[in-house]
Amino acid sequence: MTAAVEVAIRRRRRAVRLPALGASGWVALTAVALVVLAALFAPLLAPHDPDTGNLLAAYARPGAAHWLGTDATGRDIASRLIYGARTSLLGPAAIVALSLLIGVPLALVSAWRGGWVAFVITRMLDVLFAIPGLLIAILATAVFGAGLRAAVLALAVAYLPYTARIIVSAAERERRQEYVRALTVQGASALSISTRHVLRNIAPLIASQSTVAFAYALIDLASLSFLGLAVQPPEADWGVLASDRDAVLQGHSTQVVAASVLVIVTVLSLFVLGARLAGERPTVRGFLRRRGAR
Amino acid sequence: MIGFVAKRLGGLLLTLFVASFAVYGAVYLAPGSPESVLFGSHPPSPEVRAAVRHFLGLDRPFVARYAIWLGNVAHGDLGRSVISQQAVSDRISAPLNVTLALVAYAAVLIVIFGVGLGLLSALKPGPIDATVTGVVSLATAMPAFVTAALLTSFFAVRLGWFPSYGLEAGFGGWLRSLTLPAVSLAVISSGLVARVTRTATRQVIASDHVTTAEARGLSRRRTIRSHVLRNSAGPVLSVTGLQVASLFAGAVVVEQAFGLNGLGGLLISSIEQKDFPVVQAIALLLVTAFVVLNAVADVLVAALDPGARSAVAR
Repeated sequence: MTAAVEVAIRRRRRAVRLPALGASGWVALTAVALVVLAALFAPLLAPHDPDTGNLLAAYARPGAAHWLGTDATGRDIASRLIYGARTSLLGPAAIVALSLLIGVPLALVSAWRGGWVAFVITRMLDVLFAIPGLLIAILATAVFGAGLRAAVLALAVAYLPYTARIIVSAAERERRQEYVRALTVQGASALSISTRHVLRNIAPLIASQSTVAFAYALIDLASLSFLGLAVQPPEADWGVLASDRDAVLQGHSTQVVAASVLVIVTVLSLFVLGARLAGERPTVRGFLRRRGAR
Repeated sequence: MIGFVAKRLGGLLLTLFVASFAVYGAVYLAPGSPESVLFGSHPPSPEVRAAVRHFLGLDRPFVARYAIWLGNVAHGDLGRSVISQQAVSDRISAPLNVTLALVAYAAVLIVIFGVGLGLLSALKPGPIDATVTGVVSLATAMPAFVTAALLTSFFAVRLGWFPSYGLEAGFGGWLRSLTLPAVSLAVISSGLVARVTRTATRQVIASDHVTTAEARGLSRRRTIRSHVLRNSAGPVLSVTGLQVASLFAGAVVVEQAFGLNGLGGLLISSIEQKDFPVVQAIALLLVTAFVVLNAVADVLVAALDPGARSAVAR
């Protein structure tokens, strides 16, 4: 191996660095970190038990005892929101992780093998893409019963096209690069090139894409909980907490507004973070590719 | 162009075929046999069960049942509800109207606010652009169920301007009852459309032919109309089509939030009752609406911009 090739390879590797986040990126990262910390340390932070109520203290006004008041059965709203961060984050995390676990190998195989393998994989993704994710999840809960497990599995499958398509085109671009040819000449196997080098190089893209997918997964999963198909009450989840219609109709909107604000702030922060991780202002093509991810 | 349409139509039919198989097959996988719903907690004698299974066609092999179902669907016969024995097409016609009205209302809002705000921020750089961009970013992070809860709490409960639940009679009643649902449904999509509109329009404004047109002394109004808008229409149409198509799935959430008896409400209640023929029919209808609207948007984009034909067809 000549020194020049070695330098070229090393330079490609060193290129894997997170782009500067900028002011808005740091604000978004802080917001996300706070939510994650709240979820991790929920038992320490929550002033009350999220599931035990006191019927005598139903719909208490916000105050020293209950920061955000209580709900219809006298449960502390702030504590339920803090505990709700757990399911609201764990669900989307599982969806994105599962979808990457299936999508990344599928995408790498498609980009590397090409031919009929790529054709079959592309067609499969196209068909999946043609069914709205929410509908796939609703059907899955119809078949396997309502609950977090069916919803998470279904959404992981529904999110495959969004993850895989972008990785396929990035991997195809990488494949034509000089350093891949250099490695091939050295006798490196396709498996080692694609996992040790290509995957490293497209890691920032995957990170950015996963951040945005996480936000959409949070929306979809909370929507399913709102429909009563994913997280089941009395368990606290932002989707469940934001769907307390009875409280709203009786004029007690604190819980619904607070849960809504948490969803909006978290989703918005994830979007900003995703855009900054991509290291560029979002472009038209990027948006068309994501196509709203619904 | 004809070749493109034919190719797109072929892809559409293939997708619909696979999707119909998935929709039918998914329900087939459900644990418990479909006829059990009818018997409730009283297990029937084996003879009665066999007779019911034969009556419902459940004793035939899966592929045969799928083929019969698909053939019937192609003729407009969507089957019969297991619960009410009513024809599914009769059962869904009223809810279908509610959902269509809701989606149409939301689509109008998306075109007006999405494209309008996008153009406004593209053509008016500075403080207007910054404000609109901020509002648009917020909108893209507002899921329908969140918007629905916030709008209900403010406009329906506190101000009492709109009903919070159900559908009032007459055209005016529908318009009033569907306003909050349509806005809830439209917010997130309008944000996405506005953002794409802004970026696409900015890109065209920065291109050489617009500079040339301005240098030739064309008025700003004329330049924008015949050079900028014409060229930014492709991506805008494409994203709008996709967003409007996705409204059919999003409507499920909004109908539930506002107690509207649309397809979404019927889908959820049919799932709870395990009325699978109705579930299959609605799922197929929603997928078809999504796929067809997307294809229509693609064809319109291709008609507008020959370059897009090869890009979209791939």
